[in-house]
Amino acid sequence: MAKPADVSVDSPALDTERPPEQQGLPAGVTNAAVWADERLGLASLLKKNLRKVFPDHWSFLLGEIALYSFIILLLTGVFLTIWFKPSMAEIEYQGTYQLMRGLPMSEAFASTLALSFDVRGGLLVRQIHHWAAMLFVASMTVHMLRIFFTGAFRKPRELNWLIGVGLFSLSLIEGFAGYSLPDDLLSGTGLRFVDGLIRSIPLIGTWAEFFIFNGEFPGDLVIPRLYMVHILLVPAVLLGLIAAHLALVVYHKHTQYPGAGRKDGNVVGYPLFPVYMAKAGGFFFVVFGVAILMGATMQINPVWNFGPYNPAQVTAGSQPDWYMGWVEGAIRIMPNWEWHLGSTTWSWNVVLPGVGLMTALFVLLGAYPFIERWITGDTAEHHVLERPRNNPTRTAIGVAGITCYGMFWLSGGNDILATQFKLSLNAVTEFMRVAVFVAPVIAFIVTKRICISLQRADAERVLHGSETGIIERSPDGGYSEPHRPISIDEKFTLTQHVQGKALEATPDTDGHGVAEKGAGVSSLRALASRWFYAGVIAKPTKDEIAEADHHADGHDADGHEVKAGKSESAGQISH
Amino acid sequence: MRFLTAKRRHRAARPALLVLALLLMGALYAAVAPAARVSADTGNSQQVAEGKALFQVTCSSCHGMNGEGTSQGPSLVGVGAAAANFQVSTGRMPMANPGAQAPRKQNTYTDEEIAALAAFVASLGPGPAIPTEDQYSGEGLSPDELAKGGELFRTNCSACHNFEGAGGALPNGKYAPSLVGVSGQRIWEAMRTGPQQMPVFSSGALPDEDVRAIVGYLDTLHAQPSSGIAFGGLGPVAEGLFAWIIGIGGICLIAVWIAAKGARAR
Amino acid sequence: MSIETSKPGTDVDRHPVPDPGLEEHVERYTDVDQAAGDRAYRQVVMMLAAVPVLCIAFVVIYFAVPSDSFIDLFGMQWNALNSLLGLTGGLATLLIGLACVHWAKTIMGDEEIAEDRHSAASSTEDREVFAREFAKGAEQAGLGRRKLIGGALGGALGLIAVPAVVLFADMGPWPTAAVRKETIERTIWAEGIKLVNDITQRPLKASDIEIGQLVNAQPANLWDYHGTEFQVEKAKSSIIIVRMDPDRIKIPESRQDWQVGGILCYSKICTHVGCPISLWEQQTHHLLCPCHQSTFDLGNSGVVVFGPAARALPQLPITVDADGYLVARSDFTVPVGPSFFERDSQHDFKEGDR
Repeated sequence: MAKPADVSVDSPALDTERPPEQQGLPAGVTNAAVWADERLGLASLLKKNLRKVFPDHWSFLLGEIALYSFIILLLTGVFLTIWFKPSMAEIEYQGTYQLMRGLPMSEAFASTLALSFDVRGGLLVRQIHHWAAMLFVASMTVHMLRIFFTGAFRKPRELNWLIGVGLFSLSLIEGFAGYSLPDDLLSGTGLRFVDGLIRSIPLIGTWAEFFIFNGEFPGDLVIPRLYMVHILLVPAVLLGLIAAHLALVVYHKHTQYPGAGRKDGNVVGYPLFPVYMAKAGGFFFVVFGVAILMGATMQINPVWNFGPYNPAQVTAGSQPDWYMGWVEGAIRIMPNWEWHLGSTTWSWNVVLPGVGLMTALFVLLGAYPFIERWITGDTAEHHVLERPRNNPTRTAIGVAGITCYGMFWLSGGNDILATQFKLSLNAVTEFMRVAVFVAPVIAFIVTKRICISLQRADAERVLHGSETGIIERSPDGGYSEPHRPISIDEKFTLTQHVQGKALEATPDTDGHGVAEKGAGVSSLRALASRWFYAGVIAKPTKDEIAEADHHADGHDADGHEVKAGKSESAGQISH
Repeated sequence: MRFLTAKRRHRAARPALLVLALLLMGALYAAVAPAARVSADTGNSQQVAEGKALFQVTCSSCHGMNGEGTSQGPSLVGVGAAAANFQVSTGRMPMANPGAQAPRKQNTYTDEEIAALAAFVASLGPGPAIPTEDQYSGEGLSPDELAKGGELFRTNCSACHNFEGAGGALPNGKYAPSLVGVSGQRIWEAMRTGPQQMPVFSSGALPDEDVRAIVGYLDTLHAQPSSGIAFGGLGPVAEGLFAWIIGIGGICLIAVWIAAKGARAR
Repeated sequence: MSIETSKPGTDVDRHPVPDPGLEEHVERYTDVDQAAGDRAYRQVVMMLAAVPVLCIAFVVIYFAVPSDSFIDLFGMQWNALNSLLGLTGGLATLLIGLACVHWAKTIMGDEEIAEDRHSAASSTEDREVFAREFAKGAEQAGLGRRKLIGGALGGALGLIAVPAVVLFADMGPWPTAAVRKETIERTIWAEGIKLVNDITQRPLKASDIEIGQLVNAQPANLWDYHGTEFQVEKAKSSIIIVRMDPDRIKIPESRQDWQVGGILCYSKICTHVGCPISLWEQQTHHLLCPCHQSTFDLGNSGVVVFGPAARALPQLPITVDADGYLVARSDFTVPVGPSFFERDSQHDFKEGDR
């Protein structure tokens, strides 16, 4: 079976790469490449991917921020593990920080103090790690929003969206576990909150609590256990999911924004080598550099000010990191509903906003692509992104979701809002109880109207060109504004989107009076579809554009008046 | 459990009587306790007279002509010179307008006027006197004492005033003020007199040495260098805000630059 | 196989304006102007050349700057080592990134290229080949003829998870009724245990406590415990003692002998999710939890007046001993802290109880 590999040296594929003077590569590099290829067959793998095309847009870099933050977290995290001791054993502190000297504390907290005050650069790395963690979740959030608003989750990318939702939910657990490790007053307060949260789960709560904490709160094992979760279990799963996420991006090829020459059947951009490699590689150093500079100039999680965890202490401004803030907010504004049935207690005031809301968010996020597909009946593959205005209902749902999340998030800081803006804490809380329901509805309506107006403006622009801002007075005293025709590229961009159409309910029976199963469209689905497409402006047709062009040519010299409501000629699908 | 208590009380009168006796004893203690306190400093009668005149001009509309209190303001009998000194020298009194809480503001009285007012209030009934420096000074404490001060601070104070003394929210628009830059004397006076909603921390529970430890801890805490801009010591909410604005905002600006097409030749 | 996104014949509907094709490539200044190109080249090299300098500065700072030194700048004191290491290291890292991007933007060729995309789905032929090969394999495995094998394997694989799950049954003690009674349903308070100041362990006399006073306290026997046990017990036994004017508060009949002249003692552990609470307003008698703003009225047996907590704060029955020290009369009459499923919450104090 094993044949000498020397045959491959003579293979024609490599022969073309052989003359180093042609490629401008030093002989050493070529020899190394040949050596590696003889063992790994890299050339046939890389020839396809070396010049793989990636489209260029700033919003395509948001996911990269998340990827790079994750790498920064791995690097800085390894450094921290060298000194951190994940132990809840009690010791008396005798380290450098004088305001804690002689106090009893856990080894975990003492080693965090040692990292901050005795290890040179330890404080910097701790701060970089924490800032990078905040950036990690934040960039995942904005990346996910970009995907959502541009419809990049549509076929064939639904599975990658699900992987993304998995990454997002795991990152919250990862962040919380890390927040808990130093065993300072805030992390202990957070753990106590989680203890109360777990306990509140009906039927199994007490069992879950005793299993996780090895008995009563705080016990002596929860920090070692969370340490394992934080540095091994969750990062390993994250790493696997990220690999799958990126592999799918490579396989599907990146989506692109609409524009001249951009089609569902191609991808336009710069080749991976060298342009995209330099840009993406450079961006890694940019993100890392920004994280380091943040660690250098902005204080984060000053555990020495919080003090060691003490179950009898608490501080004003006890909050989790920002990404858990919305759950905290929901817990704060929840009415105090609790059932006392027989000798049992059903703590809806904790379990609904805590466990229930978090589950609801991830289920809704995961299900959305499938729900939308069910509503629209769209089975096509999409690689050209949708401009948010061209799908007003989805955009409005997204903005409503952000608003709802934002209201919960603000509720999580209701005490800070009260003190910083001199408001009543109780009034803020009462307001938020209503706002989490009302604000998203308002946001939905407003967003949808804005999107439709923008669609109308687009149609106007295609038919009548761009406004010049010049007002002309005609000899007979009339005023008009001349319009300048827009470029053909822009016209294409503004009209290339797929015009969605509401599904029609199919009759219960087919033409022969036989009941149809499965294939038809139920009246509920048709209703949802009508709602989804309600109010959408139809884009100008070929004839309308031709007529408008002709009109503009004829009257170019003296401009023309644009009547209000002209866009009605573009027509509306419904409403 | 409660029904057990009830039964016992029904069954035997004697234990109940014992409890009653203990109760009475407790009440007696309570009644007697204030008498054991520092007696009012009535030293300078001229100062008291000056203070009374000033009081009747500026304070009496709420607190009554003789500090007996009205529906607008509490009685000042027995609050002590420390309370008057605290409230007036921090500008909290006189209040500009009624509200949920008297805010800290610019004090417009001279030291002599405040001393006179304090002397007059002290003459109304026995209460905590203005402390001397050895009662509140946080100077010259050992590291162990400072660390204990930190524990005391976090146990007794941080719930309202936050871990760094940055302040915090209370119900219905009230708040615990920031302690940054507040002198040891003010902290002593506030603890002993319990201004507005703040509870009293008496020397019976927290003797002067504990107050000194707390003051020393806060002074050291606020003097130590920080590892970057601290956003007012507000904790994770402010950190999250800046992670978004500076972190994500800044990186996005760079991302826009990376993806922007540069200047073209034509 | 190309991608079909719209039904055949409808392309005119999709594209009322025909695709004009990729825009013409326009050269950059740096491509056509030799001087501009050289300038960009110099900038990239300069940025990269600054990196070694910053790295050397980083090393020097690491060894030369003491950890406790600080810099006075912008009205605050900066930890010198942290700031300087971060500024040099961060700037060096950032410059590598900026140099690479600048290089890519100004010097590397910037002609956009189009690459064809293929449908994610396999071709029909591939699917057919796969189906054939799979059928061949399945036939060889005998799955079609000996049906039980497949089912048996599935069942075996499913049940092999059971031992793995059972292994975790010892993650913690089982909270059976007997265990709960000894853990989350009791504290170390008992008859005659002295109330002492937290931290200083100073025993408290009734006479030490003034009206409007708040004391954060613990049972005197707490310091018999150490390490984990100490933390576990402290997490349940923490109390606050407050004194109010007895005439201005409501004390129910059944709790008349739980207090000493207006001195009342409550659990410090919130009934919502268990934060220790001590934001007490001495004038309104309201106690606020800083975590989720549940508010309890200590002048009315600790009932909830605002926020997400559902149950009144448990009150500890206290009295004074022969020397005038405050002591407990018993343990709490109900479990302290947040709710759990098996908690019998019928006996908590409710507004209107006597």
